[in-house]
Amino acid sequence: MNNASDLLESLTRDHIAVNINVLSWEEAVECSGRLMVDTGLTQKYYIEAMINIIKSLGPYCVIAPGIALPHARPEDGVIQTGFSLITLAQPVEFGNKANDPVDIVIGLAALDKKTHLTALKEIATYLSDDTFNHNLRAAKTKKDVLNLLDSKRKET
Amino acid sequence: MKIATICGMGFGTSMMLKLFIEDVFKAKGITGHQVIPWDLGTFKGQQVDLVVAPTDMKSHLKGSETKVVYIKNLVDKQEIEEKIVAAIKELESK
Repeated sequence: MNNASDLLESLTRDHIAVNINVLSWEEAVECSGRLMVDTGLTQKYYIEAMINIIKSLGPYCVIAPGIALPHARPEDGVIQTGFSLITLAQPVEFGNKANDPVDIVIGLAALDKKTHLTALKEIATYLSDDTFNHNLRAAKTKKDVLNLLDSKRKET
Repeated sequence: MKIATICGMGFGTSMMLKLFIEDVFKAKGITGHQVIPWDLGTFKGQQVDLVVAPTDMKSHLKGSETKVVYIKNLVDKQEIEEKIVAAIKELESK
């Protein structure tokens, strides 16, 4: 797991939550961060750091329509490289004109500039497929998400 | 050409942009370009030929003397390809 070269190895059911109810983007980021804290990827203060970075630099972490990829710096409390993935029951606005509202949040914890690359590319490639995003939004359980990731992986 | 992808920290969004730009280059058989992800802080003052950034970074890159290409959807290879190939052509014709 130290070398998160494979997305599926690093993204287990403990890193996933589906149909979460949140009222604001802060809550959404907090929820994705909490999964990373609970799975030992980051320290608790990493959550605050992710929120503060969006506040100071803007919501550019909303990388595509409906999809946010919040993260902070390695020195903000990253213990291990990894990801979390949540889907929201109701989309929330991050303030990103092009890509709001958001209902998929992928939290990223990167220990350095390299260990997360393969997995990052893998998830980015999946997210460039509209059918995948549609199915991800429709997922009702963690198992659905894992199956979806698994079948997508076999496809590529 | 030296191309910089920019985000706040230099390894999430900008890294993703770099990976996709390199994919586009590979698919199109475009060679001879170096793509480097940078964080906003250390990027300032660097000499590059082209800057690529997410649209929401516009306010941070205002006044850039280097041409900046803004990408709305960072996982849309078509948008990346169209905008970057056009920018490279424009710069090369100068």
